[in-house]
Amino acid sequence: MSFFAYPFMVHALEAGTIVAVMAAVTGWFVVLRRQTFAGHALSVMSFPGASGAALAGLPLPLGYFAACGIAAAAIAAGSRTDNRRNLAQESAVIGAVQVTGFALGFLFLSLYGGILENLENLLFGSFLGITATQVDVLAGVAVCALAFFAVVGRPLLFSSIDDLVARAGGVPVRALEIAFLLVLGLAVASTAQITGVLLVFALLVAPAAAAQQLTSSIAGGIGLSVAIGLLVTWTGLLLSYYTDYSVGFYVTTLAFAVYLAARLFRRLVRS
Amino acid sequence: MPAIELADVAVARDGRTVWSGANVDIERGEFVAVLGPNAAGKSTLIELLLGLLSPSAGTVSVLGAAPGTHGSEIGYVPQRHAFDQTPRIRGTDVVRLGLDGTRFGLPLPWRDGHRAQVQEAIELVGATEYAGRAIGECSGGEQQRLLIARALISSPQLLLLDEPLDSLDLPNQSSVSALVDRIRRERDVTVLLVAHDVNPLLPYLDRVIYVAGGRVLAGPPAQVITNETLTALYRTPIEVLRTSDGRLVVVGLPEAPAHHADRHAHP
Repeated sequence: MSFFAYPFMVHALEAGTIVAVMAAVTGWFVVLRRQTFAGHALSVMSFPGASGAALAGLPLPLGYFAACGIAAAAIAAGSRTDNRRNLAQESAVIGAVQVTGFALGFLFLSLYGGILENLENLLFGSFLGITATQVDVLAGVAVCALAFFAVVGRPLLFSSIDDLVARAGGVPVRALEIAFLLVLGLAVASTAQITGVLLVFALLVAPAAAAQQLTSSIAGGIGLSVAIGLLVTWTGLLLSYYTDYSVGFYVTTLAFAVYLAARLFRRLVRS
Repeated sequence: MPAIELADVAVARDGRTVWSGANVDIERGEFVAVLGPNAAGKSTLIELLLGLLSPSAGTVSVLGAAPGTHGSEIGYVPQRHAFDQTPRIRGTDVVRLGLDGTRFGLPLPWRDGHRAQVQEAIELVGATEYAGRAIGECSGGEQQRLLIARALISSPQLLLLDEPLDSLDLPNQSSVSALVDRIRRERDVTVLLVAHDVNPLLPYLDRVIYVAGGRVLAGPPAQVITNETLTALYRTPIEVLRTSDGRLVVVGLPEAPAHHADRHAHP
């Protein structure tokens, strides 16, 4: 039976495509800014977000977005000294935020008492049961995220590479940093709905990291990152459909393979 | 109108006074070296001129206006070891940020009038050969030239270079110094360059600013780099020796000039 005959498969493809594009573009900036750890911490926030929402009787995605937003604001607030990015402090703050998120997640879960439906799907992803409404929400989020990068792309790039010079030139570095983390939180919360909380990296970091191994051109790098993200997502969905194993597993494995291949390729080219 | 005027200026960081009583006048087109021991407040002076810091006393005027209001009129190369984070960004793209990095919105390729300007700036610093490579893969001297190109591309009237010769080998120190001098003559810009060693710059300097012991002293090199002036500034006996090839050696500093280990402990 054909792939496209099932509405859930069509929705899964639509959602996967949207998420792959958004995560790849966001991820390119994440890798450039060396904020992979922040990306991971924010993805983990989906867990307290979802269990908190279950406890409060709210829709799960609302919990995702709220928890990611709060964590993004906390990381942005705690990671500067003397008005400059302090990478050592930033990673310590992220670690603290992440572990607090985990702890709160377990607390909410035990307070909730019941079994959180689809906990495994929450952690490892599922393409089953993605509704048309969810696809619309994802599309809306993606449009916002991409519009954000279209508008602030250059100043964000400038402040990512050279914080001090950008600030001297009048770029609102601090505001951009907070806004970026919030958009990252949004992107991560959306991606987590496909890949699961624990495997967000597969679409957020791996395509962008592979692309930056292969090219140092900006447009080329973002384009390549998107292409890898799409390839990995589509292939993962197809394999998952035909073999019944989790889509998160396939997407992650494929993304890792692409990253590894990119590293090997670069090494060969350089030697 | 002078390029830089400091009248009785003091600056503080975290409530601690870094230096005070600074009176400095820099004319337009001058090549000025900022010298002094580590953590004396040389970079603080640069940040003050950029408007990233406010003086705790006195008045500062840069190109006839208050600091922080100049935007592209000032080109700035901050202190750094290298692009040790190795961002995978081409040198040309880094240079281009000096032109449009502060602008919002998508760069539209069909309205791209910047390409020629980027090429010109890169040629001016002699970086054409390696500007297409990722900047993290360029050598220290190559990175420094690219960063100078970025600072120059908006045709600034004032260049602030914070230890651009740092971590360069001697031939590169001389050639970057000569490059900066050529640029200031061709482009008629005022240059303020923070340095540890005055010698590579000595042939070109109009003035030096010494920052030491909580004080700031400015004047022509021949007047400032003398036994009497430096001894008074450091409050410890200092001797300036001139070698047969014209290099200056400053002896008796509380801190050996070659000792750079803690240079980056203080921002």
